[in-house]
Amino acid sequence: MLKIRLIPCLDVRGGRVVKGVRFVDLRDAGDPTEQARLYDAAGADELCFLDIAASHEARDILLDAVGRTAEQCFMPLTVGGGVRTLDDIRRLLLAGADKVSINTEAVRRPEFVSEAAEKFGSQCITIAIDARRTPAGFGVYTHGGRNAAGLDAIAWAQRMAALGAGEILLTSMDRDGTKLGFDLELTRAIVDRVPIPVIASGGVGTLDHLVDGVRRGHAQAVLAASIFHFGEHTIAEAKSHMKAAGIAIREAAAP
Amino acid sequence: MPQVAIIDYGSGNLRSAAKAFQRALGGKGGVAVTAEAAALARATHIVLPGVGAFADCLRGVTALPGMVDALRREALEGGKPFLGICVGMQLLADRGLEHGDHAGLGWIAGEVRRLEPRDPTLKVPHMGWNEVATAAPHPLFEGLSSAHFYFVHSYHFVPKVAAEQLAAADYGGDIAAAVGRDNLVGTQFHPEKSQTAGLRLLANFLRWRP
Repeated sequence: MLKIRLIPCLDVRGGRVVKGVRFVDLRDAGDPTEQARLYDAAGADELCFLDIAASHEARDILLDAVGRTAEQCFMPLTVGGGVRTLDDIRRLLLAGADKVSINTEAVRRPEFVSEAAEKFGSQCITIAIDARRTPAGFGVYTHGGRNAAGLDAIAWAQRMAALGAGEILLTSMDRDGTKLGFDLELTRAIVDRVPIPVIASGGVGTLDHLVDGVRRGHAQAVLAASIFHFGEHTIAEAKSHMKAAGIAIREAAAP
Repeated sequence: MPQVAIIDYGSGNLRSAAKAFQRALGGKGGVAVTAEAAALARATHIVLPGVGAFADCLRGVTALPGMVDALRREALEGGKPFLGICVGMQLLADRGLEHGDHAGLGWIAGEVRRLEPRDPTLKVPHMGWNEVATAAPHPLFEGLSSAHFYFVHSYHFVPKVAAEQLAAADYGGDIAAAVGRDNLVGTQFHPEKSQTAGLRLLANFLRWRP
């Protein structure tokens, strides 16, 4: 049976990790490739690089880091941040990314999603949705949660799936960075209404939150950053905790 | 020493596949990513990768001058170990029903259909790590009898001959995880993205003497 995916995420700026694991045995803790190698060895199910600056100059450094990661890590890698053109996607895929995550450009020009899916296949198109609670329900936000897009998050997720997205990376901007756990109502509302897989993101502070995201949020994958980066938990701990809670998950470091 | 030819017909990124084979070879052999039909004659092992849509991939392979003939000569008739990955595996079927009805290479009897898991909560694409069970021992899966591999696909190979389904995964019903006969094998999953299990499978492929 298909296993729930546990996905660590590295925030990268200028090709350097700004929020990453504080492992003592790293030669260069700011090198995304070094961190990727550790997560690969630890049995993470996938890895996500999020380029939070996404500036033009930083792009080549990121592409280089993606390339070096893909040469050493034989696991799926999603890269997001600043993906605006088909050429951006092509360059990331050629560098070694397996999936790209698109956010702002999909809001600005939804047909970009169908163009990308037709060109490269749905399997490599992840749509990142940053959502916040609004009086009317859940709204879509862009630019790191600052700008309201004026879209209903559920309808938007459905539209993205219809246009060819292969999966959705759903982040609660209300919970992101709070360590209060996923917004389970939001997660469930989207997961139960789209035909494609959903990665829950934003707010993980404990291992129980990972369990909740699957059990009560119905997510197919859970993403976390800080609980791994600051050495609070390892991938193996998270996986054995989820397994003990009855979640179907691949054991860390087992073939 | 093995010389692996990975066929490059513009289907996605072949860098990780090449690197995974290099790792599996451990320096004992070579890997060539190639678009040239003539390169297959020099190879000992042939790999057909593929991501995207069935018809696009098929068009990509047939657009390479002499490639389909070379594949037939070296693999189908010549008996060189052949591995198709994901859509590269699906192309071996008689026909593919993704966006129309397209004739495949017809090396392994069967057709490629849309995934329709019986359980409506199961999502399509089938994406992530799934446990793969072998139908009968096969050299490709030596030491990997119930390992997990990484899948990402919305269509699946339905073989006509039961014995040609080498391994299965459960996704709201049995789906073909690997098909094959004689010197031909294909995996629906991505060994090059399946960490240690994937590298082991590639090493098994390189050691295989069909």
